[in-house]
Amino acid sequence: MSRVGVVVFPGSNCEHDVVAALSALGGRAELVWHAETDLSAYDALVLPGGFAHGDYLRPGALARFSPVMEAVAAAAEAGRPVLGICNGFQVLTEAGLLPGALQKNRGLTFLCQPTTLVVVSTRSVLTRAAHVGDELVVPINHFAGSYVCDDATYRALLEGDQVVLRYADNPNGSRGDIAGIANAAGNVVGLMPHPERALHALLGSADGRVLLEGFLAAADDAAASARLVAAP
Amino acid sequence: MEYAVRVEVTLRRGIADPEGATIERALPALGFSGVHSVRTGKAFSLVVEADSAEDAREVAGALATRLLSNPVIEDAAVTVVGVA
Repeated sequence: MSRVGVVVFPGSNCEHDVVAALSALGGRAELVWHAETDLSAYDALVLPGGFAHGDYLRPGALARFSPVMEAVAAAAEAGRPVLGICNGFQVLTEAGLLPGALQKNRGLTFLCQPTTLVVVSTRSVLTRAAHVGDELVVPINHFAGSYVCDDATYRALLEGDQVVLRYADNPNGSRGDIAGIANAAGNVVGLMPHPERALHALLGSADGRVLLEGFLAAADDAAASARLVAAP
Repeated sequence: MEYAVRVEVTLRRGIADPEGATIERALPALGFSGVHSVRTGKAFSLVVEADSAEDAREVAGALATRLLSNPVIEDAAVTVVGVA
């Protein structure tokens, strides 16, 4: 079975939710402290939500320089699945692993509510088990979740099929209703909503399952290809 | 030498500034008329050890681009205020 590393920065606060969610889906997930520089034991990585380094300066600005980030970049470059949720998405944009930036919400309000997401692309490690056009109810919980990028970046995102999720009803002013994007290869994904909080209908929605199940399947694929490389 | 340096980080033109817009909307109610184009930002003051004011500006400019601002959405203006 694949191993997923969930990176813990000082100030992260959703890491246990992510581990619990991945475990509930049959995955194997472990916490990794941000001072770690060797992530070779992990087939996939999650940067969870929270307030890494207190969100001082800007969300993700200081986390980008955490020792672990060089190994995260190397894993992304090697094609391993990397998922940034909420603050993790902000960290990935600050680190340049995903284009654009997250700005304060339009309306300057902290938003904590269910949102309906529309699956735009299934080419990413997060959305591969879903279908284009699927509507998923997943909660958001953020103050700086308004996605911004310049025109050239936005065109490149569209042409590269890198917009993976859009809001059905844009809550925060994100450009193009963007809720989540991927890199060109599709193995690095960032999104503001929290799929790990949408696992049980009893708690509001189970629509996060299809996303995290796809991610775990991608982690298993990464583990399998690593074994192939390692085999003589 | 030690130089006092000021770095001002502001949102790039074209990037929405909801804080600035909110402040601007509040002004008429407080009796301030004829004020517009409010933009918010952050100011940093630093002391930089360098051989010249130009070197100090260069160091501050580099760290302003790498850390203090996010060039995707922000501009950084560096001013060497004087000898610290």
